[in-house]
Amino acid sequence: MPTTVSPSDTAWMLVATALVLVMTPALGFFYGGMVRAKNALNTMMMSYVALGFVGIAWALIGYSLAFAEGGGYLGDFRFAFLRNVGLDAKGTIPHILFASYQGTFAIITAALISGAIVERMRFGPYVTFITLWCIGVYAPIAHWVWGGGWLGKLGALDFAGGTVVHINAAAAALVGAIVLGRRKDYMRQAIIPQNVPFTLLGTGVLWLGWFGFNAGSALGASPVAALAFGNTMFAPMATLVVWSLLDLMRTGKTTAVGAATAIVVGLVAITPAAGFVSPLSSIVLGAIAAPASYFAILYRSTTRLDDSLDVVAAHGVGGTVGALLTGILAQKSWNGVADGALFGNPKQLGIQVAAILATIVYSTVATYVIVKAIGFGFSLRASAKEEGIGLDVTQHGEEAYSRGEGAILVPADGAQI
Amino acid sequence: MKLVVAIVRPEKLNDVLEALYRAEVRGLTISRVRGHGGETEQVETYRGTTVKVELHDKVRVEIGVSDHFVQPTVKAILSAGATGEVGDGKIFVLPVEKVYRIRTGEEDRAAVTPIGAEEGVS
Repeated sequence: MPTTVSPSDTAWMLVATALVLVMTPALGFFYGGMVRAKNALNTMMMSYVALGFVGIAWALIGYSLAFAEGGGYLGDFRFAFLRNVGLDAKGTIPHILFASYQGTFAIITAALISGAIVERMRFGPYVTFITLWCIGVYAPIAHWVWGGGWLGKLGALDFAGGTVVHINAAAAALVGAIVLGRRKDYMRQAIIPQNVPFTLLGTGVLWLGWFGFNAGSALGASPVAALAFGNTMFAPMATLVVWSLLDLMRTGKTTAVGAATAIVVGLVAITPAAGFVSPLSSIVLGAIAAPASYFAILYRSTTRLDDSLDVVAAHGVGGTVGALLTGILAQKSWNGVADGALFGNPKQLGIQVAAILATIVYSTVATYVIVKAIGFGFSLRASAKEEGIGLDVTQHGEEAYSRGEGAILVPADGAQI
Repeated sequence: MKLVVAIVRPEKLNDVLEALYRAEVRGLTISRVRGHGGETEQVETYRGTTVKVELHDKVRVEIGVSDHFVQPTVKAILSAGATGEVGDGKIFVLPVEKVYRIRTGEEDRAAVTPIGAEEGVS
């Protein structure tokens, strides 16, 4: 392993880190557009607040548990409080840059879960949950795959986080939706998006950030980064085309919320494969991901499972399709690491299945323990009355769309009137 | 003929509409309004500015009905719109002098009777 810092790799990773960080606010817009107006701020805050609490939890302890050497299942405390994380080379970039880059992943993964429990979870327990989840669920799984743990050693291919980020978050989302229960209006009243342009805006910024997410996962300004970049562009394009046609066939129209969802699903699906498959394979992969998530969403909405913004159908199904297809479509001639089943290495598919199952099992169990533990001390859910009024006013004392009518100024403490 | 004007909570609107539908009351107008009853004010803070919001979001439902429909309409709103807390709203029943249906020029009772109702379809 080279031990000197490469200026070009450092330059690209500085940009990539900023790009991935912006994905979390973008996710706030993506999610915030899809809820009702009375919950818009709360939903967006569920993403934004992760930037603080999860980010600091990562710096203090999460990074060390994920990326310090330790054992096969968990890192040790060598990098706790960012000790021993300096300007020395980690790979070919400064160690502090590597730790920052990985922190942006921890933040957005925790924020992804919020889509399953919007419009009903109290804010305090939510913040407690994602903070503990980052330490107790994200950090260990990141260690398994990327931090020198057992899945990485087994040869599991996860370029930028199909298992670590998306399947992991989706499993946690499923647990959250089940433990929290349905919104009181779910399946009783029409719950429709308050601001579809926000969702489209969020999607666009997510795609921009995803270039940092996937191409940055090459950890340098390398040819593999270029491969991941191209694949991150082409795969969602294919998903968008297929999804639009599915929409057209089913409803006679191509929908905007459908297009936004399609792009995200395509990005999710290419994430584990980005630096491992050929560009043509990425188009195939993106196209296959569309019907899988499309019909998963249709099916979910007929069930009593209130995974409100379809985290499981988009990220769980999309991530699983991507992780499996990585095991089929990977090509050593492109990635220099491993072939997939289609190129003479069927064993790879088995390893991918193992990684997917291990992630689902651990994330489900550990998330359940954390949520239940918090629920033991605090009420997780807003009351039916608070849910009726909306979480913006009841959790934050603010409104997304206030015209100030009837608002009477309360003099600040000590102000002279 | 009467005009029933009800001020209800926005979060109860769907329940009210459902109850009216079940009571076979068709033909209504709603508007989003803000008003002040006896509710406790809600406090909001934006940076250094703290405000008490005295006007709360409500929905006004207006329904023109023939006399024998007044009681079913009022009953539906009373049962579906109530939470038991201050701020559930009011129902006003007003006399109506004249009603016209713009499309046909029909007047009064014919004008407030929903299409199809006279043939017993509804």
